[in-house]
Amino acid sequence: MHEILIEEKVLARNNELASANRAALKSRGIFSINMVSSPGAGKTSLIEALAPFLKPRLNTLVIEGDLQTDLDSQRVLRSGIPAKQITTGKACHLDAHAVGHALDWVFGNPGVRLLIIENVGNMVCPAEYDLGEDMMATILSTAEGDDKPLKYPAIFSASDILVINKTDLAPFTDFDIKRARANALKINPGLAIFETSCRTGAGIEALSDYLAKLSCAGRP
Amino acid sequence: MHEMSITEDIIDIIRGEMKKSYFKRLLSVKLRIGELTAIDPESLRFCFDASIKKTELEGATLEIEGVPLTGRCSGCATTWKITDFALICPACSGTDVEKIAGTELDIVSIDAL
Repeated sequence: MHEILIEEKVLARNNELASANRAALKSRGIFSINMVSSPGAGKTSLIEALAPFLKPRLNTLVIEGDLQTDLDSQRVLRSGIPAKQITTGKACHLDAHAVGHALDWVFGNPGVRLLIIENVGNMVCPAEYDLGEDMMATILSTAEGDDKPLKYPAIFSASDILVINKTDLAPFTDFDIKRARANALKINPGLAIFETSCRTGAGIEALSDYLAKLSCAGRP
Repeated sequence: MHEMSITEDIIDIIRGEMKKSYFKRLLSVKLRIGELTAIDPESLRFCFDASIKKTELEGATLEIEGVPLTGRCSGCATTWKITDFALICPACSGTDVEKIAGTELDIVSIDAL
């Protein structure tokens, strides 16, 4: 009997591919965001709401990840932003391999500044799978519960941006925005937090300003 | 389905290692899994057993070493076991905290013939 010491990260292969994606995006000056949330928190709606603010200032592309259908990429296309759909079939998260293939399409579009990757709705697995993005943004809606950061620490810990969405619904739920912010900052003190409503438009322009700033940082 | 994709990745790596070393029979696998990965060891065990059934790896056992989430404060160098996922130093309340353990998802070793 032989013991073979392996000491290999299970996700080593995904991390290698993610690093390759990261290098390829950086070398072309593209800022990328991995957008995650539970199903129905409003990722696609947020992209639709941001579209009129982003389009005039930033060449933006979207990669959409879903188990089935291209409904989300169709919605994004209708909002005026080019989008590519990845249907995973059964995988509950995007991985660096799938995103790597979609990058061929991204790089075929000259002058892209911002790439938004809308992940499959899932608060667990995307935290483990590096796609090669610059930042991760978690969307948490007021219809979900202000204790979610405590219940899903990995994804909030891995994120750089938190968008508290559906603020128009807060008066009708038990969601306490102050408590949600405090819980999120407890898990990740470095989070940049935004509050938005796609229905009323509240906070959308401020979020688009932030994304534009990130995309243009350090570039003429 | 989370533990299932992880299991598939683990089995791919193991098969690669066994092929490299010309081993034919897998006896056991040792994994190191950090608390922050939110991977349930029993679900993983279930998926592993189901995946190796009727394959050349059937019969192999899984040993899982859990690693608690440990933080180190960049301000005062205090290290502590984080029990509530809060990244706040218990000594100085600083929030510049590094997670020094608890994020692992590693194959440590395999026993094979």
